[in-house]
Amino acid sequence: MSQEKLEFLQRSKEFWNPAKTQDWQDMGVDLVIDKREGYYLYDMDGQRLIDLHLNGGTYNLGHRNPELVEVLKSATERFDMGNHHFPALARTALAEALAACAPAPTMRYTAYGSGGGEAIDIALKTARHAMKKRKIVSIIKAYHGHTGLALKTGDERFSKLFLSEDTQDEFIQVPFNDLNAMEDALKKRDVAAVIMETIPATYGFPMPEEGYLPGVKKLCERYDALYIADEVQTGLMRTGEMWGCTRYGIEPDIMVTGKGIGGGLYPIGCTLISEHCAGWLHEDGFGHISTGGGAELGCVVSMKVLEMVQRPEVRATVGLISDFMRAGLERIMEEYPDFFIGIRQHGLVMGLEFNHEQGAKPVMKHLYENGVWAIFSTLDPRVLQFKPGLLLSQPDCEDVLRRVEIGIGLARDEVMGRGSRRGAM
Amino acid sequence: MEPEIRSLVEISDSKPALRSHADIVLARARWAASIFQRFDRETTLHIVEAVARTAHQNAGKYAEWAVEETGFGVVEHKKLKNELTAMPLVDHYRDEDFVNPVIDEARKMVRIPRPAGVILALTPSTNPIATVNFKVLMALMTRNAVVISPHPAARACCVDAVNAMAEAAVEAGAPDGCIQVIEQPSIPLIEEFMASDKTSVILATGGTAMVRSAYSSSNPAIGVGPGNAPVYVDPSAEMQDAAQRIVDSKSFDNSILCTNESVLITLPEADKKLRQALKQAGAYLCDEEEVERLRRYLFHDRGFNVAAVGRDAVWIAQECGIRVPAKTKILVAPVTQLGVEERMTREKLCPVLAYHVAKNQTQALSQARAVLRLTGAGHSAAIHAGDSQIVADYARSVEAYRVVVNAPCSQGAAGFQTHLAPTFTIGTGYFGRSSIGENIGPHHLIHWTRVAYNSDSAVPFGDYQAADFGFDGPLPHAPSDGVPGAGRSARPSRPLTSAANTGSGGGAGVGMDSRTREELRRLIAEEVRNVIKGGH
Repeated sequence: MSQEKLEFLQRSKEFWNPAKTQDWQDMGVDLVIDKREGYYLYDMDGQRLIDLHLNGGTYNLGHRNPELVEVLKSATERFDMGNHHFPALARTALAEALAACAPAPTMRYTAYGSGGGEAIDIALKTARHAMKKRKIVSIIKAYHGHTGLALKTGDERFSKLFLSEDTQDEFIQVPFNDLNAMEDALKKRDVAAVIMETIPATYGFPMPEEGYLPGVKKLCERYDALYIADEVQTGLMRTGEMWGCTRYGIEPDIMVTGKGIGGGLYPIGCTLISEHCAGWLHEDGFGHISTGGGAELGCVVSMKVLEMVQRPEVRATVGLISDFMRAGLERIMEEYPDFFIGIRQHGLVMGLEFNHEQGAKPVMKHLYENGVWAIFSTLDPRVLQFKPGLLLSQPDCEDVLRRVEIGIGLARDEVMGRGSRRGAM
Repeated sequence: MEPEIRSLVEISDSKPALRSHADIVLARARWAASIFQRFDRETTLHIVEAVARTAHQNAGKYAEWAVEETGFGVVEHKKLKNELTAMPLVDHYRDEDFVNPVIDEARKMVRIPRPAGVILALTPSTNPIATVNFKVLMALMTRNAVVISPHPAARACCVDAVNAMAEAAVEAGAPDGCIQVIEQPSIPLIEEFMASDKTSVILATGGTAMVRSAYSSSNPAIGVGPGNAPVYVDPSAEMQDAAQRIVDSKSFDNSILCTNESVLITLPEADKKLRQALKQAGAYLCDEEEVERLRRYLFHDRGFNVAAVGRDAVWIAQECGIRVPAKTKILVAPVTQLGVEERMTREKLCPVLAYHVAKNQTQALSQARAVLRLTGAGHSAAIHAGDSQIVADYARSVEAYRVVVNAPCSQGAAGFQTHLAPTFTIGTGYFGRSSIGENIGPHHLIHWTRVAYNSDSAVPFGDYQAADFGFDGPLPHAPSDGVPGAGRSARPSRPLTSAANTGSGGGAGVGMDSRTREELRRLIAEEVRNVIKGGH
């Protein structure tokens, strides 16, 4: 590590976040991201990493995608954040574009947050207003963000620290893929909404079983609850379809998109609201105010993101990357069957499962040392989040697989010991 | 689900946007190419045939469309060209193997064909569909992905034709994205495609500016220059036959093939007989004043009058106020000089033929060289003669890489009434500032990896007869866990490579039953006969 980096890390501890800065050093990842371009990140000491973390899809289209940079630069010639109180050209145009590609025909309005968490809060508030009920059901180990209400839907790992966990029994959590538990939670008809990540990301992308999500939707209808789809990590073509929920046949009442919608350049969160639950927008449009939410510069970038991800070439490429990565990962799995035990996949949403309760951490470290940046799942560290970008090139994919094979091998030796047996081949 | 996006900030013409657009298309092509390389010969041929059939079936439709859209050419001739560049092209290359390795026991070498990858194919407005067919099929034969960049003047018909072929390819099992088309071509956009590091090779057929631009792109290019074929009629020729062939060639698709004869050169002793024969074959010989009218009409200060491209002789005569018989097939314009002073000796993509009488054979040869010095170097020349020595003299003299003898040059130089490789891309070689001097064919779209053993006989050569060269076929689809019907599927340990074989009994006609095949052969034979008869 360079002297410069050492000094920087010291300052990072001093002025930014001492524990987080140290945690990464402890995990063997001394990354300080400096230059970034496409799907490459460059550490301040010069090491190149292929980014498979993408901050949950924020960099779906790559870092500093030139087309997005251009649109943002051009937008500054005309727009700034805008005035959040007034009808605004870019905000309305983006809402219109979102309505045109929304997963349900009833979805018309978009309310804006300055990021995904705020958009989740808007969704939950919208549901409470519409249903005149307070209870919210979410999934154990769900992750919807760190703002006031979103925080309460998630794991206590993040809420208790701040004494912000639910104490009113308004936030109920049920296990994923368990329809009975879901029904138990809903059948008193006192629940305003169920909020679902289509595939829970921070939980390591466990895949919904066949019929589970449609079953939840049916239960919502039966027990007068709204279905909120959190499409922050599964939307924007990551599953090969604009929104992941569509692939499971879900037409949500409310949908949230964030991260990637801002193209990695201008943070924005969007809550798409169906007419039948948009009461507050008629009753008191000033109900939710956000100075930064739906900043017009961000809206212009988001419109370009929507246009780009829906190009037929992009959709086709997503399919090809998915197939190619799968085939390659299966080969690697055959090589280390005692360690690398599962692939969870829907399109480019992938989780690699390891046979050790913290298995993804050494894999992350060895991948990092071998030029790939992919992060473990905070709420299930057996699973490595593996999230190739929508436009990752064929040579880069091949290179990722080459590096992953090496990294997993090293991690396996570290965890299982060098002497033990490997699989056939 | 195509959203209407009211982009408030329009950047689509900016360089980053154009580059990104090109990169996204080319990246998809590169993916397709990488998968295509896993296909075996049988599967490849099956795809090629399926696409060729589609092209063949659509030949008439797109001939009409192309003539309507561009105003160039003759529907029935275009149909013929569209057909010739479909099934007959495939038949021509059927026995050539661009897929399997070649094992050379004697020289202890193995040659493995390596597809180029992504071919960026520029196609002209003059022969839009035939060139599209040709380039797409060449790419498929060699397991390459192709992106067609149509000439803007023939955009609509080309986009439609390419999409139809792409659909047929995917239906036959080709990797998705192996055939794409630039739907809204513009010069700045095409320049981005040409300059992208995702483009493996540019196949440029079109205007000189475009071809030069391809060579300047920093990518490998096979660009071909313009033609301006001299045709020498020696007194030793059969005058009737020569005249007939020249008229047939010049009137074929109204001379829109760049291989058409531009300047006829003959000698005084043949002059009178040749003129007579030309008239009998349907030519109209202009007088001096009529030549001047033609000259003014065809050549503007900025170059050739595009309005005349691919128009028929009667139409052109009418535009110039020349009264000609209604059956006139070509206009013959006698000229006394050749070269920069005489614009009529430049390339003319219309059925107008300059006609010059040289003093003797030596002068005729030097005049023929002068024609190609003016424009068309490296392209085509023709000769009609009975004397082999004059053919030899002519051939070594003219700076052309194909010299068509006693055949119509339009068709002959393109390989349709000669045994040259059938092509719509004529390599103009070093004379014509191009990288290749042959008729461009599929063999130009692969390179070979040569596995070379120690030549010392003490070191044995390996056994490659049963070696696996990775014909793994398409990738299995990744599962979409939890989506009904899209979950994990059993993955065959060795994916089927010839799933497309419908059991026709093998052989060349993979995927086609023998009756269809027979019928196609019959149709092709008929068409070829028609061409040879010159459309009578």
